[in-house]
Amino acid sequence: MDIPSKTVRELYRTMVVIRAFEEKVQDLYARGHIPGLAHLYIGEEAIAAGVCANLGDRDYITSTHRGHGHVIAKGALLKPMMAELYGKETGYCKGKGGSMHIADVNLGILGANGIAGGGLPIAVGAGLSCKMKYPGQVTVCFFGDASSNNGTFHESLNFAAVHKLPVIFVCENNGFGISVSQKQHQAIVDISVRAAGYNMPGITVDGNDVLSVYLSSAEAIERARQGEGPTLLEYKTYRWRGHHEGDPNQGGRYRTKEDIQAWVENCPIKRLEAYLTKNKVMTKKQMQAVWDEVEKEIDDSIEFAEQSPFPPLEEMFQDVLA
Amino acid sequence: MSRVITYAQALNEALAYCMEKDDSVFVMGEDVGRYGGIFQVTAGLQERFGVDRIMDTPISEAAFVGGAVGAAMTGMRPVVEIMFIDFITVAMDMVVNQMAKMHFMFGGRAKVPMVLRVNIGAGRGTAAQHSQSFHAIFQHIPGIKIAMPSTPYDAKGMLIEAIQDDNPVLFVEHKKIYIDKGEVPEEAYTVPLGKAKVVRPGKDITVVATLNMVAKALAVAEEMAGKGVDMEVIDLRSLCPLDREAVLASVRKTGTLITADEGCHTGNMGGELAATVAEQALDSLKAPIVRVSGPDTPVAFSPPLEQAFIPSEQDLKDAVNRVLEYL
Ligand SMILES: Cc1ncc(C[n+]2csc(CCOP(=O)(O)OP(=O)(O)O)c2C)c(N)n1
Repeated sequence: MDIPSKTVRELYRTMVVIRAFEEKVQDLYARGHIPGLAHLYIGEEAIAAGVCANLGDRDYITSTHRGHGHVIAKGALLKPMMAELYGKETGYCKGKGGSMHIADVNLGILGANGIAGGGLPIAVGAGLSCKMKYPGQVTVCFFGDASSNNGTFHESLNFAAVHKLPVIFVCENNGFGISVSQKQHQAIVDISVRAAGYNMPGITVDGNDVLSVYLSSAEAIERARQGEGPTLLEYKTYRWRGHHEGDPNQGGRYRTKEDIQAWVENCPIKRLEAYLTKNKVMTKKQMQAVWDEVEKEIDDSIEFAEQSPFPPLEEMFQDVLA
Repeated sequence: MSRVITYAQALNEALAYCMEKDDSVFVMGEDVGRYGGIFQVTAGLQERFGVDRIMDTPISEAAFVGGAVGAAMTGMRPVVEIMFIDFITVAMDMVVNQMAKMHFMFGGRAKVPMVLRVNIGAGRGTAAQHSQSFHAIFQHIPGIKIAMPSTPYDAKGMLIEAIQDDNPVLFVEHKKIYIDKGEVPEEAYTVPLGKAKVVRPGKDITVVATLNMVAKALAVAEEMAGKGVDMEVIDLRSLCPLDREAVLASVRKTGTLITADEGCHTGNMGGELAATVAEQALDSLKAPIVRVSGPDTPVAFSPPLEQAFIPSEQDLKDAVNRVLEYL
């Protein structure tokens, strides 16, 4: 299947937004402007961009503690996102959720999640809603390699398979759960093999190749839309930064500089840029224009976040019960 | 010989001592190995004791907490680190229905000598799923000891005691005090579980506090001493066994009770102490009991809201002033 040039350009833009946003967050965090934890997605942009490009506003996603990329790709606006990272009233969750809990139900974003594996059963539930009430709509569930060891993974895949739910399980295999390498936390190499245990298709794809991500997820999403049930997709990738900002030397305690460097060279954005030039989809100048435009948008979001007020103290007692 | 070390180092020494002494002791949890635990409590132990005795587990709380129950029933003494207390919910069946019940259900014929190390507390900007203080929930489940050391000295002595205890122990730490320092002997010693400690004797007002509320209570007591109010500060140190006697003795002396704990208000450990006093020492009360606690709301991410959640010295002073109106 050929991917239309317009779509490829959109994939590029989405990846650039995620990268540029997170590089800014890295800097703001280092300078103490952003409180709490920041788990950056830098290096993994192709997965969120490629998968979400196949989704509409009415489809759902569940996200993880490393969720900025997923929610940006699903259409979240930068201003309320940045404001949420600052803990400001104008943020997506009125400042009450922060980086790990960004949600916008109107955009189908059922929340980033601080519990490893917590999003999988939620995705099953959203899948039930799709099947019972909104045929043709799907739910995509993002989670990491290490989270796939939680019981919720197995229970959710089984449930979704038995009921042929329109849920696409997207495992972002970056090789680590904090400091523990995949070799240390599971006895398999490809997590996709676990699909066999639940009689659903499972495939492993290069997660740094956005076009492969786009095509493989398009197929799984289409199957789900047709009522043919769930798929387990595994995308192999790597996180360039530490587990969170503050993890020394980008995770240097448990990874080598050489490994990190090799993956930096395997940058999903650079790879797409090479494709764009070779196939004459975009010129270098046009690409630069995307970066410039995006930088401006992000600067605006920072200004918006900085100028927004903190929520009033009474806000802590709002929303406890509906 | 004593020297000054951090709370995290004191726990680390307790683990090293117990592992050295008894080869049935082992540690498991997420990132406890090369990483040393996210609060560095297990730092350096894997180099010393190897990967089988300081074991990095997959993210599978039910499997490794339940695994500890099975290992404990069959001759081992596991110490499990749960990265944040919030994640213990993933293993709740293993804690509530298995770990806490085996000894009783089997007519005393099985023992579950294990320790579950958890931490509570807000203040690190980690929002509602990484900041909870729901330790009091476990007070409602018979069959679990609950230790809550507030100083490096107690941390070391109580952890050694907990590991050597034949019961399951929920060992509650506070994430804001891991880097606090205090005097700790180099040699091994134990601090009993279930014994409160009067950390500042006084005759006018009783404050019973846990974990980092102890230091706040002491600071307020110093300030009030300047105003002629003599406060007694008790570090409760364990939620189970609950040292009701120590609390009652103090209340009988001062005629007052203020409790201070970071858990939410409803179901807070203060409620149990208040009920105990109402049942057994009502006639000695000169003023209403006041409970200083977190509010009944999840912990918000936004810094000002998070700070407002954490019970402060000012909240304690307000409680003292309220009591003083009656004295
Ligand atoms: C139930 C639970 N256990 C432990 C944690 C602590 N924790 C947060 S992220 C993480 C590693 C997650 O690894 P993975 O799922 O591979 O995602 P990645 O961070 O690599 O994106 C751990 C252990 C948690 N948040 N929830």
